[in-house]
Amino acid sequence: MPFIPHTEADVTEMLAAIGASDIEALFEEIPVELRVRSLAGIPAGLNEQQVMQLMYARARMDGRPLNFIGAGAYEHHIPAAVWAIVSRGEFYSAYTPYQAEASQGTLQTIYEYQSMITALTGAEVANASVYDGATAVAEACLMAVRANRKSTAGRVLLPRTLNPHYRAVAQASTGGQGLKLEEIPYVRERGQTELEALAPYAGQDVTALVIQQPNFFGVLEDVDALTDWAHARGALVIATVNPTSLALLKPPGLWGQRGADIVVGDGQPLGCPLSSGGPYFGFMATRMEFVRQMPGRIVGRTVDLDGRPGFTLTLQAREQHIRRGKATSNICTNQGLLMIAGTIYLAMMGAEGLERVASACMARTSELVAALARLPGVRTAFSGTRFHEAVLLIDRPVAPVLEALAARGIEGGFDLAECYPELGPALLVCATEARSAADIATYAAALGEVLQSAPAARKQA
Amino acid sequence: MTLPMCEPLVYEFGRAGRGARGQWPAPESNPPAVPAALRRARRAPLPEVSELDVVRHYTRLSQLNFSIDTHFYPLGSCTMKYNPRACNAAALLPEFLGRHPLASARHSQGFLECMYELQEMLKEVTGMRGVALTPMAGAHGEFAGVAMIRAYHRARGDLARNEIIVPTAAHGTNPATATMCGCVAREVGVGPDGDVDLAALAAAVGPKTAGIMLTNPSTLGIFERRITEVARIVHAAGGLLYYDGANLNAILGKVRPGDMEFDVLHMNLHKTFSTPHGGGGPGAGAVGVGPRLLPFMPLPVVAKSGAGEAARYRWQGEQDLPQSIGRLTGFNGNAGVLLRAYVYMRMLGREGMSRVGEYATLNSNYLLARLQQAGFVAAYPQRRASHEFILTLKALAQQQGVTAMDVAKRLLDLGFHAPTTYFPLLVPECLLIEPTETESKETLDAFVAAMAQILREAATEPDTVRGAPHTMPVRRLDDVRAARELDLAYRPPAP
Repeated sequence: MPFIPHTEADVTEMLAAIGASDIEALFEEIPVELRVRSLAGIPAGLNEQQVMQLMYARARMDGRPLNFIGAGAYEHHIPAAVWAIVSRGEFYSAYTPYQAEASQGTLQTIYEYQSMITALTGAEVANASVYDGATAVAEACLMAVRANRKSTAGRVLLPRTLNPHYRAVAQASTGGQGLKLEEIPYVRERGQTELEALAPYAGQDVTALVIQQPNFFGVLEDVDALTDWAHARGALVIATVNPTSLALLKPPGLWGQRGADIVVGDGQPLGCPLSSGGPYFGFMATRMEFVRQMPGRIVGRTVDLDGRPGFTLTLQAREQHIRRGKATSNICTNQGLLMIAGTIYLAMMGAEGLERVASACMARTSELVAALARLPGVRTAFSGTRFHEAVLLIDRPVAPVLEALAARGIEGGFDLAECYPELGPALLVCATEARSAADIATYAAALGEVLQSAPAARKQA
Repeated sequence: MTLPMCEPLVYEFGRAGRGARGQWPAPESNPPAVPAALRRARRAPLPEVSELDVVRHYTRLSQLNFSIDTHFYPLGSCTMKYNPRACNAAALLPEFLGRHPLASARHSQGFLECMYELQEMLKEVTGMRGVALTPMAGAHGEFAGVAMIRAYHRARGDLARNEIIVPTAAHGTNPATATMCGCVAREVGVGPDGDVDLAALAAAVGPKTAGIMLTNPSTLGIFERRITEVARIVHAAGGLLYYDGANLNAILGKVRPGDMEFDVLHMNLHKTFSTPHGGGGPGAGAVGVGPRLLPFMPLPVVAKSGAGEAARYRWQGEQDLPQSIGRLTGFNGNAGVLLRAYVYMRMLGREGMSRVGEYATLNSNYLLARLQQAGFVAAYPQRRASHEFILTLKALAQQQGVTAMDVAKRLLDLGFHAPTTYFPLLVPECLLIEPTETESKETLDAFVAAMAQILREAATEPDTVRGAPHTMPVRRLDDVRAARELDLAYRPPAP
């Protein structure tokens, strides 16, 4: 029996100590008619060698394509030391640090993480993570309703340039509490949210405005103007940002005259592998005045009985295990291990290293866009300044093009047909520092071939 | 046993100009321009440390932790069983690690086949009709479950149902989830035998009842014997039954929530299916549903078409499940955690799976019997323990002034992680103890010896217990100061 250490003699002795005739007797309180008769749908067990062979085979089926997809998850170099340390049993197999004296390693790491996130975002306090960037936006919307005491409308404005999955998650996560999420259109030529689009809300009660920087199209928004517009109308600003980009871009804490009020994002670019979509971590930070409205665990530095510094979970009166139905959120388990990976990654990169990563991402994406837009039938969609993603317009449906590229071992980007049909055939591409000039040339050559072999005439089909 | 002493903050190893340069990309010869108004003016105050500094610092920090890999961790309701390393190794295969969540169908079949089979195995072992894998933790699964219950009532035009019934001993996430879903939590009590008070339940249900959230075995560590009657009362009132899977390990392979007539459940894959807790996460809170809630499952769900060599797998979206409660995660949940759970289930197989509940229950009952012999008092001595049990230290607190927290802290000194303390709230001075099936008899015996020692100390040298721990990197921390004088981030001195 895998992972069960009992010998027959153990079982006999243990049953004697209990005073039970056999293990079955321990289930005497469960009505007989409810007992499992068969688990025929579960296959027989495999030993470790067999299961690893199965998993090698499954992994081989998926291969290792050359990746140019971003759309919320980005392929970056991860220092080997990050996962070597994260995989240590002392981090990997520990529980939530409720017993502070036996969890100082995790607690201090969270405190260092909170320090690094506030340094990067310009916010004053950060929590110990939520599930991912999408749920972080949803939690931020709910938090804004609690924090903005002047607003009673429960209305949060979501630009259409916000990641469409984030919009969907915000909708599904906040509907029960009656929030009104309303969409703000973008300017077609530049791919940006403009003040004019907000004009209809001028005299209305708006609880919060979400601003994604860079936005889903990879375009930089005019964050100062948007922030000041919101603050002038009593709305809070929720910034959702790519942490890598913050090495180059103005931190949300300094947006506009007063800075963003809540800063969230997906921490995946900080040391978390793509891993089919998770586990990643959502980061969340805010002003000190709103700390009691923030969901999730928070670690504070304090002293022990001898006056020695130490770390402990604090402000727990916000949380479900204390406040139950009145808690700020139902969140309990978060993404602790990924947050530790993010902390180690940031310590390795430092501000200068992260700045180099961000610059390299921007440069590779510029080169990618230049190489692809040179092909007949391909042009860029927007004129705004980009970070590390870009929308390309193609003269025919994108899906078959992506399929043909996949057959050549290239994941060519994210098809925007479903989320942004108004753009016509459009493709979101990304190149990080992990892509080389040779990778980009490979992609351009393959796309050229695909477009040539499947003539544009098919676009009417 | 003495652990290493406190470690400085990572910032304190820093020197201006130092860095793990081997990790950095080369500087761009022609760096791209960011418009001045959008540019960062000063570098963020992050540590400037060498790679060795980083490795040493975080390795030393890890050594300040207790963990399953280093210590017995009998934390009730948390199922701290061994996390097999093979599960980790498989999830970290480069193809899985490097796979983008939006990759083409061509580069997804291996991963999706694992996910599909995981859904199928979870259906089988819980007796449910459909499984969605995307919720990222137990509480997230609870949210999905209650949102589905609401969607079900709404789809029937039954708009008044907004009450979720929870027993007084429920996890805090249950009422918090009800609130997040726009419902009101309504508590019902338990009788002296620990089972739900059926008369109170019958009085509580009605036309406003959306459903009931139950853990079974309950958080009192005992099986709810009249579950069939509970189901009848709630269903007759038009409500649905939610199974909180926190304690699924107790009954794995023995009873299925679907057979107990639950309509929806979440499974904590990081408990029952042994994915690591990671110091607070990531978890995975897959949800299972009965026939009534199939149309409302969260997106996306893996579907299979064809069979054998021609089998193809894909994520189903809104077109396939138009009544879905929608998307709850940026992509498709904690895929790496799901892979680990899949590998674990494949290794256990059919037989190993039913041994889990059996040996978890054996270990728990053995530990309870031995602790009772050593002089400890069970909260429900007349009941059979499930995979966990509660001791009440009320007498010890009254007679010797030694509290459950003191005992918990003293255990740390003796090399054991503390059990869950002061939960459930309705048992005074309680310890909730869950040994799990992966611990040997010797480990349990050693734990009993430690508990017996603490009991002796409480009588002869109570200050030793009250002042514990003595051998940890820190002694008890000033929580009041932590909350009053908030120090939540390090601020480097201005340059």
